[in-house]
Amino acid sequence: MTATQASAAATAEPILELDDLAVVFTTESARVPAVRGVSLHVRPGETLALVGESGSGKSTVALAAMGLLAGNARVTGRAVIDGTDIVAADEARLAALRGRTVSMVFQEPATALDPLTRIGKQIAEVIRNHRDVSARDAADQAVDLLRRVGIPEPEKRAAAYPFQLSGGQRQRVVIAMAIANDPALLIADEPTTALDVTVQAEILDLLRRLAAETGTGVLLVTHNMGVVADFADRVAVMYHGRIVETGPVEDVLLRPSHDYTRRLLAAVPRLSVAEADRPAPDREPAPEGASGSATDVAPVVELRGVSVVFGRGRRAVRALDDVSLAVRPGETLGLVGESGSGKSTAARVALGLITPTSGTVSLFGADLARTRSRARRALRSGIGVVLQDPVASLDARMTVGECVAEPLRVHRRELSAQDRRGRVEAVLDRVRLPRDIVRRAPGELSGGQRQRVSLARALVLEPRLLVADEPTSALDVSVQESVLEVITELQDELGFACLFVSHDLAVVQHFARRVAVMRAGRIEEQGPTGTTLLHPETGYTRRLLAAVPVPDPVVQRGRRAERLATLAAGRTEGEA
Amino acid sequence: MSTVIQPAETPGTAGAPRETSGARLAVRRFLRNRLAVAGLCVVAFFVLFCFVGPLVYSTDQTHTALQQVNLSPSGAHWLGTDAVGHDELGRLMYGGKVSLIVGLAAGVLATVIGTLWGAAAGYAGGWIDAVMMRIVDAGIAIPALFILLVVSAITTPGLGGLILILGLVSWLVPSRLIRAETLTLKNRDYVLTLRAIGGTHARAILRHILPNSVSTVIVATTFQIADAILLVAYVSYLGLGVQPPATDWGGMLSAGLTAAYSGYWWLIVPPGLAIILVVWAFNAIGDGLRDAFDVRGRG
Repeated sequence: MTATQASAAATAEPILELDDLAVVFTTESARVPAVRGVSLHVRPGETLALVGESGSGKSTVALAAMGLLAGNARVTGRAVIDGTDIVAADEARLAALRGRTVSMVFQEPATALDPLTRIGKQIAEVIRNHRDVSARDAADQAVDLLRRVGIPEPEKRAAAYPFQLSGGQRQRVVIAMAIANDPALLIADEPTTALDVTVQAEILDLLRRLAAETGTGVLLVTHNMGVVADFADRVAVMYHGRIVETGPVEDVLLRPSHDYTRRLLAAVPRLSVAEADRPAPDREPAPEGASGSATDVAPVVELRGVSVVFGRGRRAVRALDDVSLAVRPGETLGLVGESGSGKSTAARVALGLITPTSGTVSLFGADLARTRSRARRALRSGIGVVLQDPVASLDARMTVGECVAEPLRVHRRELSAQDRRGRVEAVLDRVRLPRDIVRRAPGELSGGQRQRVSLARALVLEPRLLVADEPTSALDVSVQESVLEVITELQDELGFACLFVSHDLAVVQHFARRVAVMRAGRIEEQGPTGTTLLHPETGYTRRLLAAVPVPDPVVQRGRRAERLATLAAGRTEGEA
Repeated sequence: MSTVIQPAETPGTAGAPRETSGARLAVRRFLRNRLAVAGLCVVAFFVLFCFVGPLVYSTDQTHTALQQVNLSPSGAHWLGTDAVGHDELGRLMYGGKVSLIVGLAAGVLATVIGTLWGAAAGYAGGWIDAVMMRIVDAGIAIPALFILLVVSAITTPGLGGLILILGLVSWLVPSRLIRAETLTLKNRDYVLTLRAIGGTHARAILRHILPNSVSTVIVATTFQIADAILLVAYVSYLGLGVQPPATDWGGMLSAGLTAAYSGYWWLIVPPGLAIILVVWAFNAIGDGLRDAFDVRGRG
């Protein structure tokens, strides 16, 4: 934003003004206050980021501002958009406002579009809902909008169905619908959370450009501090339904005044972009690895030339293509890549859940394809697994104690009930959970506690290999930090090797000693984290790193300019 | 790292006043459903009527009393007597016992077979699943009544035999339900985790998949019981069920119908009403349970 625009924005009447807004949900068992006394405003042309962790009430505020809350919500206070109080307005008034004065971009582009209607028609419908234009004009405008949001060949693409588009393109269509009637206010609820980082960067560029072009005010709801640094002018931090701090983005992110904001920012894993600010070597390499690259030590798990093909004939999908990697005792290999790159498939091959179409997998020195099922089962007692979804990872019908004891029941059947209980309690101590948690149901625990229970289950047999597939990506940053801390400590103590799958380059940079970057089923490059993620050899890794927003608005501005310059250079080069 | 923030409790889900347990919520939801509660009362009434009733209102249901046939309702015989002189009210209790026992047992048996078959097929997947489910498709294509008639024509089943046959012809629908449930459950992370560390398939099915499909199984069971009671009535109505002097509601209906033109309504209306009420009641309970358990979409 330029200086003149900024001053104009500072003086203009706010397009959105919330005054002492409170929301209480009535559920079957209780009345739950979700938002308590929130006041904020958004002026034309300015972006206010509403940040907070899950359950802080930030999405509820966004929905309340649209008058879109479910029937069990009771709203008090005022939410004024362009002179209309949303809280008091009737449905007809709201319908006239939504999509015209204010519109919304949701998190999941896949569900925001009607799968059975061509995208051009969906956009035209939004136009004709609010403006008296002919079907033909609306269709023409829809094509224009698709061009504005950067969809290639918009005339042709207007006839496409949502499933024919990629996730990023779908989100562009959602944005096209949102800006179809030149709204004065755009509410974006985690608009890039479901997208890969490179796509996220493109969508943020698009939103920034559109907002600047039309002077639209933006209320951006997000949990990602990097996105905030990249996009917002002002920030409001929410915690437990209240705004605890509000101010210009530089102040809040660089000089936070509230204690919660400070803790939140401290927990955000930061991507180191230069040698100088490499994270302090808080993790000494495991003793075995201390002597050089340790290639002489036999790996715990090794994939050699593994390919996986799903389906056959013309529909065959090559999920993995000639992938070779190895994890040696005591070391952590980070497997990174965007969605669909095959990183989870590779982890599942290592676990023996997917049989490779070609290539070999050896676990603890034994070729998995050549071992008999009984021997294979015994080998697997040396593996611990933590998967992404804290809800689906634990069987809701079992108690926590039963969940953690399950590996013992599988592999140590000779143990008495008392011994078993002893081991479960010992491992719960290790992951820093109270012992009395054993009798509770997983449903009563928070996400972070559940992931620790998963970790306890993975470690109860004292495995030699821990496979962690996005173990913290469903968690809030503060919880993520504490879970990663526990894994790190236990790895130092127990010396297990770790195959760590993640899409978050910053987390991998802090956590893994070696890294393998995957793309479209192949390994793009691999090497020591410090080298590969600071001085990448391939253009893909470089682009991936450049797209990660860092939670420092000043640094991020520079990175953005650099990235766009590189892209532009790449484009002219390509055209030449 | 010294700054460990306690996880911010979610006001919407985990936080605030402690959430009541899932089971208690389900019970509360069930009790709020008036039809389901009415169904439960009807079933309770008939169970008491058939099993405790004879102790209060004792009648002779083995010897014929040809001197007092087809009497209309009176002080001595509240619902009159049938064509061989049995007290009709007593017979309603006596026949109801058979109907309820056979219906319950056959319904449960069908659900057990269907559950195991469906879980095995869904879990195994691939060609095993394909073969097992084609068998189910083929079974569904043959009307159950037809099979029952053929079997009854060959042998005269006793009580146990009847239960077995009814169970064996009606497990197909529950097997499909459980297979569908298994397909989603077998890819849950906790099942994958178990398989990755070398857990057995039996453990995955018995410890994880079946316990998690228990609500589907219970709902399926109630509908199966209703179906089985109706099926017993069919078979007996056609004279192929339990043999005299034993009887059930279907058999009573069949016997009464021969006297329909003589105006002996007390031989037709009571057993007919009993069948309708009990079948409706089990269906209402099934509906109520399904709604009570179905917590999807409620978060």
